[in-house]
Amino acid sequence: MRFDDGALFEQDVEALIQEIHTQYGYDFGGYARASVYRRVKRFLANKSISSMGELRKALFSDSYFFENFLQEITVNVTEMFRDPSFFLSLRTNVLPILSTYPYIKIWDAGCSTGEELFSLAILLKEEGLLDRTKIYATDINQKVLKQAKEGIFSASSMPAYTSGYYASGGKQEFSGYYSSNYGSVKFDASLIKNVVFYPHNLASDSSFNEFHLILCRNVLIYFNRELQERVFGLFDESLVRLGYLALGKKETLAMSEINNKYGLVDKSNRIYRKTG
Amino acid sequence: MEAAPKVIVMGGSWGGIQASLSVLQNLPETYSIPIILVLHRLRNQEGSLQEVFDKKLALKAVEIEEKEALRPGYVYLAPANYHVLLEKDHTFSLDVSELENYSRPAIDVTFTSAADVFSENTIGILLSGASKDGSSGLKYIFEKRGMAIVQEPEEAEVDTMPLAAIAMVPGCFILDTERIKAFLLSLHDR
Repeated sequence: MRFDDGALFEQDVEALIQEIHTQYGYDFGGYARASVYRRVKRFLANKSISSMGELRKALFSDSYFFENFLQEITVNVTEMFRDPSFFLSLRTNVLPILSTYPYIKIWDAGCSTGEELFSLAILLKEEGLLDRTKIYATDINQKVLKQAKEGIFSASSMPAYTSGYYASGGKQEFSGYYSSNYGSVKFDASLIKNVVFYPHNLASDSSFNEFHLILCRNVLIYFNRELQERVFGLFDESLVRLGYLALGKKETLAMSEINNKYGLVDKSNRIYRKTG
Repeated sequence: MEAAPKVIVMGGSWGGIQASLSVLQNLPETYSIPIILVLHRLRNQEGSLQEVFDKKLALKAVEIEEKEALRPGYVYLAPANYHVLLEKDHTFSLDVSELENYSRPAIDVTFTSAADVFSENTIGILLSGASKDGSSGLKYIFEKRGMAIVQEPEEAEVDTMPLAAIAMVPGCFILDTERIKAFLLSLHDR
């Protein structure tokens, strides 16, 4: 199907966003629109759905279908050691400081299918901190949390992940962290024995604990300024003084109200520290 | 009446850096139309194309930050490993979703998004490259009555990308880099 009338399509999506909020409680009102429109078009094409009416009908009569839609609309693409220099910086600039705490709490916000979580756990293990660290891994989407818990990734990704691992300061044989089986690999479950998986919606849920480090990389790019501000407030509330906040390489606190309470630890990798 | 704002979106892969430098060199620093440049790069490559462009051009070259607003006088480079989209208010959105045509950034994504926002005021330029990325985006621009320009395949270092686009958008303009530059200068609103 073609959507020649862009304005009409956008109106329909706006109405759908409202209706999803009412029916299912998920609020996409604060999501950046260019990406939402693109994801909806993509979903329609992949499912061979030819009208918005048909989409509405399916979404509101079938909650399983809605779960699927939710997973496709929120981007869940991720990789291990994305931006190796970030992980190297975490290893050299942040973990040594965290190691001075008797007990470390980390929030991986928007953990998706867990690639970043396992990368982080490997770093913690190699720095001798894994046993006294508790990680809260949250996502809006329960289905991806389940995947993250399993720690099963495609074997075809391993060459790229392996070079990412070494570029990020990895010290071991990377293949020692997983076992291979028919085109997929399963990461050592002991890496996530101290991880709590928890559904959490950054657009509507509140602060639930205090952390020494919060990672939220490439999630805020999908939010408008207003929603970003809400999330920054939430992170600020959830960070101990002198705690760290790690954003994606292209995300910034610069425009936010909490900016003056934070210093940059690593500018190019967007690692901030709460000083105020 | 003031003319509606325009945008120039350019894409390339193999040979695209050199071709885009030829097109953009000598455009004045006050050039009135914002330029977005999507070049395929190695994933997780952290070196900076931005410095090369900034040094060689009169225009300011910057790597795109999310939510940044489009302004004239700038060449906006797509960051490695992100797709680049445009919002209705002429600000950038970034996206780390699936690769398209084995690429992120993908030229198709930015071309399509620019045409959704700027319609007939979109100028799409596809340069040298060893990929088919960009063709459907250029077609979309053309269908929205924007301008579709393809680098002369004989001049291109690798002609795969121009040839794919010409096959898909038979109505496009086929120009060498000198002519593309002359055309862009003719659009400059002094």
